Amino acid sequence: MQNFFVDSEFLSQQALERKHKLESDASFRTNHMQYMPGMEIINSDVYESVMSHVNSYDYAKYSAKDVNSALEHEICSIEDFKALLSPAARNFLEQMAIRARLETSKHFGNTVYLFTPLYIANYCENYCVYCGFNCYNHIRRMKLSLEQIDHEMQIIANSGMEEILILTGESRSQSSVEYIGESCKLARKYFRMVGLEIYPVNTDEYAYLHECGADYVTVFQETYDAEKYETLHLFGHKRVYPYRFDSQERALRGGMRGVAFSALLGLSDFRKDALATALHAYYLQRKYPQAEISLSCPRLRPIINNDKINPMDVHEKELCQILCAYRIFLPFAGITVSSRESASFRDGIVKIAATKVSAGVSTGIGDHESKYTGKESQSQEGDEQFEISDSRSFDTMYHDMSSEGLQPVLNDYLYV
Amino acid sequence: MNDDKLVIGGHEFSSRFILGSGKYSMKLIEAAVKYAGAEIITLAVRRANTKEGENILDFIPKGVTLLPNTSGARNCEEAVRIARLARELGCGDFVKIEIMRDSKYLLPDNQETVKATEILAREGFVVMPYMYPDLNTARDLVNAGAACVMPLASPIGSNKGLATREFIQILIDEIDLPIIVDAGIGRPSQACEAMEMGTAAIMANTALATAGDIPMMAGAFKSAIEAGRKAYLAGLGRVLTRGAAASDPLTGFLRD
Ligand code: SF4
Repeated sequence: MQNFFVDSEFLSQQALERKHKLESDASFRTNHMQYMPGMEIINSDVYESVMSHVNSYDYAKYSAKDVNSALEHEICSIEDFKALLSPAARNFLEQMAIRARLETSKHFGNTVYLFTPLYIANYCENYCVYCGFNCYNHIRRMKLSLEQIDHEMQIIANSGMEEILILTGESRSQSSVEYIGESCKLARKYFRMVGLEIYPVNTDEYAYLHECGADYVTVFQETYDAEKYETLHLFGHKRVYPYRFDSQERALRGGMRGVAFSALLGLSDFRKDALATALHAYYLQRKYPQAEISLSCPRLRPIINNDKINPMDVHEKELCQILCAYRIFLPFAGITVSSRESASFRDGIVKIAATKVSAGVSTGIGDHESKYTGKESQSQEGDEQFEISDSRSFDTMYHDMSSEGLQPVLNDYLYV
Repeated sequence: MNDDKLVIGGHEFSSRFILGSGKYSMKLIEAAVKYAGAEIITLAVRRANTKEGENILDFIPKGVTLLPNTSGARNCEEAVRIARLARELGCGDFVKIEIMRDSKYLLPDNQETVKATEILAREGFVVMPYMYPDLNTARDLVNAGAACVMPLASPIGSNKGLATREFIQILIDEIDLPIIVDAGIGRPSQACEAMEMGTAAIMANTALATAGDIPMMAGAFKSAIEAGRKAYLAGLGRVLTRGAAASDPLTGFLRD
């Protein structure tokens, strides 16, 4: 068990007391399965389908024989996928990688997509204990004005990047849907493809954001284990597990072309979380066959004021196993590997299973100018969400991917 | 053989190899033109929609016909919009319609394809529709003004070759337009087989792009396609002909 709790000396006595109570007294916390006012309920059947598998998943029961036959099957069934995620598959890493690479090349050739994230605000009203943006963490908060966003986007676009992912902390009051919508409109000026990773919203709001130019929505469930989820998301709208779970479905109903899924590995039982993530994508694509789906696989990282946070039992080998299993089970899905991972891991995994990597990444606010050009920024900068590991610039990444024999693709998307 | 031309929408081509879209590189285009003899090159409009891609047009050798496709379209309206965009970009009047509302198998949506064909043919496009090999749809496509019919051989990425063989044969037998096989041709022998059956041309990309020696593979496809075409024109011998005739007539015993 790792210790996520850090007390800031800047909190008032009252705030500290409340924080401690949230941390230690479950009865002080709200019901995480109950919707808050204004949250749309869509009564989806996807949750049931996913969790019935996850709850009964006993990975210890799979043997080398199961893994072997999973690798022999031309089509990977859910049962096969479970075997590939099991501890028994750990000895089959090389075989899994070979099969994964074959699937990747059949569906994606030797291409690798590049994108960059842009954090436009780090205000957050939630207390997720593992995140640097959480409302009790003492960091420099900031929200970019539209002029600043325009400026940041220009700098990023000048680097050559054509796909952008807009992120915010989860604060509706600081970063309204309209504010995000205006940011999307700006992004459309500079980028061919605009994705969003923001707080979950209702279907009509996704439809509005789609009209503003966004076409892809990423929402991390963090962990699919509802009980565990409750102990990690102590305060704020993010506590509401089912509303978050249905985000991708609302986004698709709102007209978005694609959605991305992820668990933050290291928070809970990673095998179950990996199973849940892929099945979430699988069942949603079955229900909405036109949906483009992609998966990511972030692991826990150190944050400001808590450098001890780590991905626990998910080492690079486990991560690789999960990614290969994802690829074999969902050969057509995009797989993104974030800058949380090392350059050497990313260079290796794009040749096996991943199809997209970020480059030129900053998880801080308003610091692209100083980071990209080395120029002292004139204005204030906001702190970062977590420490990144692979800090390669766009140019370096482009070059490195090419020299690995891959073809970097900046965009192959049309807003229609 | 020299006057054996492939005619699409009134345009004549000597080559029966068409470079599909997908894995793109200048090296591939070069090899396809030089060694496979490609005269038509597919270009995904969505792929050209990049700052790098803007130059793709500059790389297309003179005399080669560009075939923009509508990949990324999920319905008729989107396909029509992409086709018009392609025309604005200066890609000419050819368009390959690809409409998929399935991200897993990437199977074409026949109904929407017929609708888009009708609209675009009316607007003067030379329409080349990608479809699932279904005879009724093919007939609808003919009536809608298609310039050819492009059935898939097997699902994209499946490496299954001519999985839809029997149904493609029906299209060849019943449809008066050129039948061009797309998607699934992984090796020259499969291309050859399709040509023997009477397919008018072959579209491929991945098979070349992922070859160890791209120019050599391009040459292999050229030879295979020519061989298959010759065999078709020559009329296959008794062993392979459908409803094969035995060398000694079965009915030879009949008197008067
Ligand atoms: S994970 Fe998201 S919602 Fe939670 S504290 Fe961090 S920014 Fe806020």
